[in-house]
Amino acid sequence: MNPRELRTYRWRKVKEKAMGTIALLCVLLAVFPLFLIFFYTLAQGIGAINIDFFLQMPKPVGESGGGMANALVGTIILIGLGSLFGLPIGIMSGIYLAEYGNNPFGNAVRFFSDVLSGIPSIVVGVVAYILVVIPMKSFSALAGGVALGILMIPTITRTTEEMIRLVPDSFREAGLALGIPRWKTIVRIVLPTALKGITTGVLLGIARAAGETAPLLFTALGNRFWSTAIKEPIASLTVFIYDYAKSPFEDWIQQAWAAALVLIVLIFLVNILFRSVTRGRYG
Amino acid sequence: MVENSSDTKVPMQKPIVAPARRLPDAPGGVPVPAKMVAQNINAYFGKTHALRNVSLAIPEKRVTAIIGPSGCGKSTFLRCLNRMHEVARGTMTGEILLDGQSVMVYDPVLLRRRVGMVFQKPNPFPTMSVFDNVAAGLRLNGVRNRGFLAETVEKSLRAAALWEEVKDSLGKSGISLSGGQQQRLCIARAIAVDPEVLLMDEPASALDPLATAKIEELIYQLKVNYTIVIVTHNMQQAARVSDDTAFFYMGELIEYDDTKKMFTTPEKKQTEEYITGRFG
Repeated sequence: MNPRELRTYRWRKVKEKAMGTIALLCVLLAVFPLFLIFFYTLAQGIGAINIDFFLQMPKPVGESGGGMANALVGTIILIGLGSLFGLPIGIMSGIYLAEYGNNPFGNAVRFFSDVLSGIPSIVVGVVAYILVVIPMKSFSALAGGVALGILMIPTITRTTEEMIRLVPDSFREAGLALGIPRWKTIVRIVLPTALKGITTGVLLGIARAAGETAPLLFTALGNRFWSTAIKEPIASLTVFIYDYAKSPFEDWIQQAWAAALVLIVLIFLVNILFRSVTRGRYG
Repeated sequence: MVENSSDTKVPMQKPIVAPARRLPDAPGGVPVPAKMVAQNINAYFGKTHALRNVSLAIPEKRVTAIIGPSGCGKSTFLRCLNRMHEVARGTMTGEILLDGQSVMVYDPVLLRRRVGMVFQKPNPFPTMSVFDNVAAGLRLNGVRNRGFLAETVEKSLRAAALWEEVKDSLGKSGISLSGGQQQRLCIARAIAVDPEVLLMDEPASALDPLATAKIEELIYQLKVNYTIVIVTHNMQQAARVSDDTAFFYMGELIEYDDTKKMFTTPEKKQTEEYITGRFG
């Protein structure tokens, strides 16, 4: 190598190192707030977490102790209801868009789905209020579920579509060439192949819905008492956090932190559960 | 594809370049019946005119090789035979007969059970085991009988010369096999639904020489029971495995004859030039 080449070579090496370091720093910068949130919530909330916190009801103002059993169960019910509405519609729409949606109608659905994912969640709450609360003349878990379901749909639809598109055509052709009808090829060959990616979409949708407060404020409302009836107002962790965090009482604020921690862990658990259930035999 | 775009959809005025030739005589002088017949096939992809007035008879229980340079329409022709051409949004005019009946009157799903296909790249279903891959065609068509499934899977894997290698690992993932094994798995999968015709689109082009030899040996054995049409880039392969050879060029069928004759004394100059490697 002549000196000139050597210089270029060294300079290239320096650049490579520099770019690698910058990329690493960016990663740390992106992950740092995440860890900060988690550990700060952990530090603030862990003190209020004990067995009573999970098993007891909220105590009236002035009494210490108590828990958020109703809010925990309420959140689970709301996520369940939301998934009940959001998952089938979202996944089916995704399948439609990927397999049959190369036409003006498909483009329109895709466009509105993207618009829907950008709508502020509180607006979705208003929609659920008009669609469910007013006709039923009552705030209810059902209305909250509808709101969360609507919020999930665009995320799930678009991720499902993308994931199904990633399945190579060769698998579809192999299925069709075996004399398997198209719908069966999609359901039994294409979907299982895309399952992992679809799961990610579903999790994103659920995680987004689980963390929502605004659309629940005037749909599920919140409830200081035990209720699992879907036609009654129902408590939820996010609304619990919202109420307690803005209260003037020291122990309530601490309980809000604890509830936030529980919510994070809950989403984490749902994540693990889904991934283990949908992990393919040959993943 | 073919570098033509202007005069699309206008049927060629030329007469058929190579007419469906007289079918070969089996030992004893009895003509071999045609399993499939293509009559004046024109195929299009959008504005691309991929096949021009192709007429060709495919004799039963023999191996017909289709050769020609890239983009000459050989894969398109193959995919017209089981109407997979439609799946890729292609259109076609002319008539293709299976046992004397137009393939257009069949439901494509039912047609493809009689005319199976093996693709260029091995494509076992990634979420299924070796067993499930072979059973897929039957199972997804509603066969539930476990005994019958197990029996068919074994029979098909034996026919594809894969049984000895995988009999102890039928539960393993289909994509954990080597490339050559995967392709034989795909052949077993195609055989399992008991087709009459097997279309092979360059089945060995993604494989190493050893695996290729196995596939060729297999094709030789399969023709006892199946009518095979194989598209290949490899002229030695065509010469080794086929009984009849059709040479396509620019979407036209140039020449179609007994393989031996095609490779020794072809009638057309283009065929000779291609076979001797002067172009293509």
